[in-house]
Amino acid sequence: MIQRPAINRRQFLKTSTAAAALGVLGGSAAAATATLGFIYVGPKDDYGYNQAHAEGAAALKGMAGITVVEEEKVAETVDVLKTMESMINIEGAGLLFPTSFGYFDPFVLQASTKYPKVQFRHCGGPWTDKNPKNAGSYFGYIGTCQYLNGIVAGHMTKSKKLGFVAAKPIPQVLLNINSFLLGARAVDPAVTCQVIFTGEWSLAVKEAEATNALLDQGADVVTCHVDSPKVVVQTAAGRGSYVCGYHTNQAPLAPEKYLTGAEWNWANVYKMYATKFVGGETLPNFTRGGLADAFVKMSPLGKAVSEPARKQFEAKMKEMMKGNYAVIKGPLKDNKGSEVVAGGTAYVETAIELESMNYLVEGVIGATS
Amino acid sequence: MSEAASETAFEAVGGRRGGNPRAWIARRAEGIVLPLAALFAGMVAFSIFLLVIGKSPPELFDLMWRGGFSSWFSIQNTLSRTAPLLLAGLCVALPARLGLAVIGGEGAIVLGGVAAAAIGGVLGGSGLPGPLGIGIMALAGMAVGALWIGSVGALRHYRAVNETISGLLLAYIAIAIMNHLVEGPLRDPASLNKPSTRPLEAAYRIGSIPGTDVQWGLAVGVVACILCWVLIEKSSWGFAARIAGGNMRAAQIQGLPVGPLIVGFCAIAGACAGLGGMLEVAAVHGAANASLAAGYGYTGILVAFLARQNPLAIIPVAILLGGIDASGGLIQRRMHLPDATVLVLQGMIFIAILFSDTFYGRFKAFNPELWTEKA
Repeated sequence: MIQRPAINRRQFLKTSTAAAALGVLGGSAAAATATLGFIYVGPKDDYGYNQAHAEGAAALKGMAGITVVEEEKVAETVDVLKTMESMINIEGAGLLFPTSFGYFDPFVLQASTKYPKVQFRHCGGPWTDKNPKNAGSYFGYIGTCQYLNGIVAGHMTKSKKLGFVAAKPIPQVLLNINSFLLGARAVDPAVTCQVIFTGEWSLAVKEAEATNALLDQGADVVTCHVDSPKVVVQTAAGRGSYVCGYHTNQAPLAPEKYLTGAEWNWANVYKMYATKFVGGETLPNFTRGGLADAFVKMSPLGKAVSEPARKQFEAKMKEMMKGNYAVIKGPLKDNKGSEVVAGGTAYVETAIELESMNYLVEGVIGATS
Repeated sequence: MSEAASETAFEAVGGRRGGNPRAWIARRAEGIVLPLAALFAGMVAFSIFLLVIGKSPPELFDLMWRGGFSSWFSIQNTLSRTAPLLLAGLCVALPARLGLAVIGGEGAIVLGGVAAAAIGGVLGGSGLPGPLGIGIMALAGMAVGALWIGSVGALRHYRAVNETISGLLLAYIAIAIMNHLVEGPLRDPASLNKPSTRPLEAAYRIGSIPGTDVQWGLAVGVVACILCWVLIEKSSWGFAARIAGGNMRAAQIQGLPVGPLIVGFCAIAGACAGLGGMLEVAAVHGAANASLAAGYGYTGILVAFLARQNPLAIIPVAILLGGIDASGGLIQRRMHLPDATVLVLQGMIFIAILFSDTFYGRFKAFNPELWTEKA
């Protein structure tokens, strides 16, 4: 047991005088060990969304003056509010990264109002300047990476049928599906992509069923957008299909069949925040970046990838690294035949229009509702 | 046995006012000492588990104390997590007194929350005073919950459908209905990447209990536990239900209205869960969305069984589980144990308490009727 002796008045005065003296000398004791808290909605070894963040957090552990505290499987309920408060009150965390989308409203908003001296940076969140100034959000434009996945898939498919296991028909997911198909169609305009929505972010049984259904219908390259791609990757590779990854590198799960993958590069983003925080700089409220900014990256190409695929992949990547690459550009029809982007219009990855995407492009088989 | 001896035995079991006070205390002590002993045994078993994986039990229990109970912050943390478990526990405990294992409370919570959010959305802009609107939302949540679990009871009694299976399957259907409504007809177009209903107006939200940051659901849950205890232990309806729970056939032969009892108690249980869902919407989320399916309905099963289906005992049990939950994060962070550790502890306590059920009536110290045997 840890002893916690009661502090009497004299001891209290002594300690506070000492603390004040330290403050005067300029060496604030707190700055020597800044505590950063990371909160994940699922297990941090899920080969997916949460692991990508945990790998980012792990990259900070060697940095001087930084203590990292982590908590996994925290629900988007009062649980996350209390976890944030606990990290603040018990561990003295000064900067928190609640990484799940659903944490933002109302929980991050409530906590940032209640603890104005603590900084909150939320992943993917819709922070606006009407929200508390000690809160903010960061995210990466990963649609371009799904486009690169699509290029490799377009080369490697023989049946001209791709498969996509998706969680929910929300803008972020729709953009990934559309980008994947458009990448493949840049190789071969005859390629189609069937999508199946499971309805949940993490539902292993349905993900396996969806993968099997896609393969049964002839798909021979599969990718996904669910929290943990592990089930999709293992199921597809186990049946001999190629796979493109998502969130993090799943090559260890299927070394022969893994082509490449769209990955987050949170280590880079977290190092930026941590350096600024330790240095006493103001943290940006709204941070976004794509391939060119190293917010996202591609898994190394797998050994199965053909030479023409490699060439086109590398050329396109080079072009994207210059920045301002537009995957979504007109004329573009949705899969019901109506025009969704007029000819001559191009949306670069930062375009606000992409954040309310509600259609599947021509060539995608599936429906948003 | 002589006349006098049976009289003594009757007094000894505390069957009469002014009977042997020692017997009265002994009988009541059994229900407190046995669960505490089982709790202790569960913790000992868990300590062995910790030692096997090379972690320190004292450190863990110290963290558990600090994370869950040692300071005002920790206590509020615990109570915040206790609040939804009270009503979820009642949803399992009430049907259990009739001998029914209804474990689909999650469905009633989810749909109760959606109903409350839908009604709250309709009321928005109507200018109806806050308390009235909140009252209507609560009734809507309770009505939907009552319908949901009530139908489980009706299926059981009138069509002989296993209530455990139907309740569980209905919970999946409820979650699917919620997803459909929240992503379709009730969706707030502004909720792009997390489909939700329109946020409730400030007037229709329930704040915290003054002086704390614990939601009002805690107070509502405690009151509901007390009311349900009175219903079961002190009312003739409760008496009839307990008889039916003890022996359904005997109750039928006695002419008790078994069908209405089953449907009625299931409906009340569902109303509790539906109210729990409404409180999640009005006091925590401010809108209905997929986060409503947070598993409280399933934790409620654990709560009810640990409380041995006694509504009053649900209160301390829910606080204990709330505390374990509240300290779970600290244990993860400090001892670098996975989240599942807390589940292992909960499981061991659960098994120990279920096992302790077999000891009731077997210790002489607690059972005055055994005292006279030697006479």
